[in-house]
Amino acid sequence: MIQYERFVLANGLRVLVHEDTSTPMAVMNIMYDVGSRDEEPERTGFAHLFEHLMFGGSINIPQYDEPLQMAGGENNAYTTNDLTNYYITIPADNLETAFWLESDRMLSLAFSEKSLDVQRKVVCEEFKEHYLNKPYGDVWHKLREMIYQKHPYRWMTIGKELSHIENAKLEDVKKFFFKHYRPVNAILVVAGNITVARVKELAEKWFGDIPSGEKYERNLPQEPRQTAPRRLEVKANVPLDAFYKCWHIYSRLDQRYYTADLISEVLSGGGSSRLYQSLVKEKQLFSNIDCYHFGTVDKGLLCIDGKLVKGVKMEDAEKAVEEELQKIKNEKVSEEELQKVKNKTESMMAFEDMSVMNRANSLAFYELLGDANLMNTELSKYQQVTADDILKESRIIFDEANSNTLYYYSSNN
Amino acid sequence: MIATNKATILDRTKAPAIKDAVEFDLKLKPYEKFVLDNGVPVYNINAGAEEVMMVELVFFAGNSYEQKNLVAAAVNALLKNGTTKKTAFQINNHFEYYGSYLNRNCYNETATLTLHTLSKHLPELLPVMQEIITDSIFPEEEISIFKQNSKQRLAVGLKKCDFVAGRLIDAYVYGEQHPYGKYSNAEDYDALKRNELVDFYKKYYSNGQCILFCAGKLPPNLYQQLNDYFGKLPLQPPPAETTSFIITPAEQKKYRISNDPDGVQGAIRLAQPFPNRLHPDFLKCSMLNTLFGGYFGSRLMSNIREEKGYTYGIHSYIQNHVHQTAWLISTEAGKDVCEATIEEVYKEMQLLREDLVDEEELHLVRNYMMGLILGDLDGPFQLIARWKNIILNNLDETYFYKSIQNIKTVSAEQLREMANKYLLPERFYELVVI
Repeated sequence: MIQYERFVLANGLRVLVHEDTSTPMAVMNIMYDVGSRDEEPERTGFAHLFEHLMFGGSINIPQYDEPLQMAGGENNAYTTNDLTNYYITIPADNLETAFWLESDRMLSLAFSEKSLDVQRKVVCEEFKEHYLNKPYGDVWHKLREMIYQKHPYRWMTIGKELSHIENAKLEDVKKFFFKHYRPVNAILVVAGNITVARVKELAEKWFGDIPSGEKYERNLPQEPRQTAPRRLEVKANVPLDAFYKCWHIYSRLDQRYYTADLISEVLSGGGSSRLYQSLVKEKQLFSNIDCYHFGTVDKGLLCIDGKLVKGVKMEDAEKAVEEELQKIKNEKVSEEELQKVKNKTESMMAFEDMSVMNRANSLAFYELLGDANLMNTELSKYQQVTADDILKESRIIFDEANSNTLYYYSSNN
Repeated sequence: MIATNKATILDRTKAPAIKDAVEFDLKLKPYEKFVLDNGVPVYNINAGAEEVMMVELVFFAGNSYEQKNLVAAAVNALLKNGTTKKTAFQINNHFEYYGSYLNRNCYNETATLTLHTLSKHLPELLPVMQEIITDSIFPEEEISIFKQNSKQRLAVGLKKCDFVAGRLIDAYVYGEQHPYGKYSNAEDYDALKRNELVDFYKKYYSNGQCILFCAGKLPPNLYQQLNDYFGKLPLQPPPAETTSFIITPAEQKKYRISNDPDGVQGAIRLAQPFPNRLHPDFLKCSMLNTLFGGYFGSRLMSNIREEKGYTYGIHSYIQNHVHQTAWLISTEAGKDVCEATIEEVYKEMQLLREDLVDEEELHLVRNYMMGLILGDLDGPFQLIARWKNIILNNLDETYFYKSIQNIKTVSAEQLREMANKYLLPERFYELVVI
């Protein structure tokens, strides 16, 4: 049970405080309710580029990192399709430095042309490092475009193409900031060796006078139900053929999300999981195979991907995957197997919660979803999933009409 | 001074007062130690709020002990793949049923078997860990799957410039025959034989030298449990010292390698052989390294990422090896700016050789390092990891306090002296893989 206290400043900034006196450190986590799904299709990659610009100096403080490091602190940030998150760990004695820095960049950035110029290049190198200069680096680019016809999950957080990043203008940066980076669209979590009273005082002092901003009303195009299977074949300069198949699943707040999560654990998630045992060990068709999903806020994806053993035909590999899916669609999982995936989930959550930073991050995420206390009810939602649920949802999810298949061939064969 | 309204005096240009991190009195929480009946030592950190724990068995079974490439790694990888009583599936299913993770890793001197679990399940898991270190059989079928899948993974790795560069630079620095410098080839996997694996396993695991590390919320009868399952086995305490191999660095210093004609970035590695922790320059150089390329605000990051935008990230570090080590600079940069990047790295070295680091920057690095260590000492798993590093390097806590002292007191003059001794372009191997 994670204890926390929640209050809201007059400008709409939501603040959550989680005390843990066993650590000498404090964590400040600020989550902004904006991700790559909020971008325009012609300006993708912007939310993430923007995250880089947040380190280029703010209105009253020319350097973000230096004073933080001087106070013994460390920070990082990430952008997803759904949100942008910034976090600091700092000796608890120096917590006020974090308030000073974060509140100033929420007040306003410096909007420096130089910073934009450099970070455009840095992000282009990041794009190259992770998506162009790696074998199979373009897979998700292709898959997303096939799977999502309307919803902005159609593009990756890094952006659709380099030119979108290269063309970003300072004007766009300013607009984006004042639309999304306002107190009313943000969640502040402070955790660690601190007190609620102290955080209240500091939050009022540093964040209290920042203009509230307008609440961003998200109105994204919804993905229509998929009614026929989609397939794509690609040939690329990679050493091995790879197989990918994805199905639409549920949004993060849907109870069926938990069933889908456990389905992915039954299929893959360790050396005793079904796909690994059957396809890697027994039939030896794949050298690796995984089943996973993206825990996205809007309707997500369940995906199976694997690399084929050299000489195996793609069609045979797919057929063998299909046989495993037939099993989970036709026979109930045993109580023991169900218990196993629940036990794994329980243990994973306990390990995650060891770190104050993870706890702060989770609190912010659940608050973003609508209620921080979801963090404390998560396990019981997994416990409620039955073997019947898994059977029923497997049939719905693994419907061929709901599937997207990619044959990624090696051109060296 | 006259008290004014709080809102009117909030000067956002002024940083709040800080407690200087160099004033932090960092303490390394001591371990509890006990010795099993067979002499195997167990180091424990009993702490933490969550009901979780880890047990790690460290065997002196790293690749320094093998006669033939990849034998040590293959034995370690295949530990969970079958005993006389259980198949690989049954072993995995057992650990996974209890939501626990049994991982293994092979290094140069040591190889590990590590359990992470909810503390309540420990009694169900220790017997099977015992079975794994006494009764593994390395079935031919499992070996053949391992070979095939490892070769496939290697083929994918070899398409990546960073992977290729990482292998080559170690080979230049230490020599391809040295445990720290050798790397895997497809033929090495083909050449592995079952009997070699079984022999290695019997000698270095079943009858091997071993240390245990435990951390987390530990059960009160931990000693009893560990002694029952591991204390009666023919295991031995660790060696007083592990063998040091002679390095044979390459003669040629500069390399440009084309790995992928379509590559858009180059993997850059600069490296020089460097002495181990016992050398009097080591701590001073770790401080110099941090300043040079060891944190986000470092000279290399500020210039090459934040000023020029040549790369997503550039880092320098001293490898964590026991006997001798290497000092490296590592980055992936745009294909067209690789040479310019190397030039900038050398310019930064020159600045450190010629100019004294100013007090403010040095102060910042001191505070940053202290804050980092403070955060790093937080939690039982982090604490045991630090102790493990100390113990496996044959050091004790005085090393920890010496390194804190060094952070607080090393001077700008000493750093410049180190730069003049080590940060010289001609000392570095230089590699670009595109």
